[in-house]
Amino acid sequence: MHELPVTESILDIVVRHAQANGVRQVVAINLRVGEMSDLEDEWIQRYFDYLSRDTVAQGAKLRIERVPVVIRCTGCGQEYEVNVRAMGDSACPECRSSKGELISGREYYIKDMEVR
Amino acid sequence: MDEVRLIEIREEILSDNTYLADEIRARLKTEKTLLMNLMASPGAGKTSLILRTIEHLKDSLSLGVIEADIDSMVDSEQVAAAGVEAVQLHTGGFCHLDAPMVLKGLEAFRPGSLDLIIIENVGNLVCPAEFDTGALLNVMILSVPEGDDKPLKYPLMFRVCDVLIVNKTDYLGLSDFDLSRLRERVLALNPRMKIFELSCRTGEGVAAWTTWLKDEVALFKGDSAAMMPDGPERPESIGT
Repeated sequence: MHELPVTESILDIVVRHAQANGVRQVVAINLRVGEMSDLEDEWIQRYFDYLSRDTVAQGAKLRIERVPVVIRCTGCGQEYEVNVRAMGDSACPECRSSKGELISGREYYIKDMEVR
Repeated sequence: MDEVRLIEIREEILSDNTYLADEIRARLKTEKTLLMNLMASPGAGKTSLILRTIEHLKDSLSLGVIEADIDSMVDSEQVAAAGVEAVQLHTGGFCHLDAPMVLKGLEAFRPGSLDLIIIENVGNLVCPAEFDTGALLNVMILSVPEGDDKPLKYPLMFRVCDVLIVNKTDYLGLSDFDLSRLRERVLALNPRMKIFELSCRTGEGVAAWTTWLKDEVALFKGDSAAMMPDGPERPESIGT
């Protein structure tokens, strides 16, 4: 359900950039969202279609690129991808240490937009 | 028709909320009030844990509670009856609290008058994990009847919290809940997670939690200009 405030925020940012750049129409918006997030792509688009009516972003397509969860081992420095929802083993494949820091997977980011 | 061109944006989607959350943290640091955000699914024991915590700490700390509820007063009435300041926020159907709502809740308290404010977030393991409330300490409850597989379903919640309370330990043995398997799953997601096992019903294990919390408040108040030595650092913000 938190797709709604997230979508509002996306629209605010997009409209602000559109005004600053003299945009007539926003065609598509490219987002980067980490695999740790529970956002549903379909709902973001539905909320966006609703909220963006009569704005410069009406009809824009949201393209969501998912960013994998990557951990950097604090022991040996190895960086490795983890499937957090399967999570059979999230220890470092090199040194077997289970201490690591998350370096990606929590992104919530607007990369760019295609406009006319 | 005009040609399509690309405009770079490069902005965090929730940066406004994160900015306000940072402001709340900075303000409460100068006021020496520790803000704790308590999250769990409905029925895990958020209100029970708050009532137990009040019972143990109200003689030594001045406490306040911000209750979030979609549309009722039940929880704040119980907390007020226990003798601490409580404010009820109605989220109007929203599934989580964000920094602007918490700021509104904080208005109910006299600045600098409290040692510890506990936010009881909306019962939900998904949405509250995404929104920084401005709390310094993020605590979640998992109750035994919910099962030991929850870290697999809600990894973000287990990732953003500093403390996990395993509640309803009096139900252990009545189900196939495996504490060591849970610990393994949690620590794989979040190696710095502090875990307490307790039962709000019987009171077993509650003192270990409240003693730890009291020490954290003392550390925070004694040295609130610096980072807490062993305690939580600034919570991971969205998108970092």
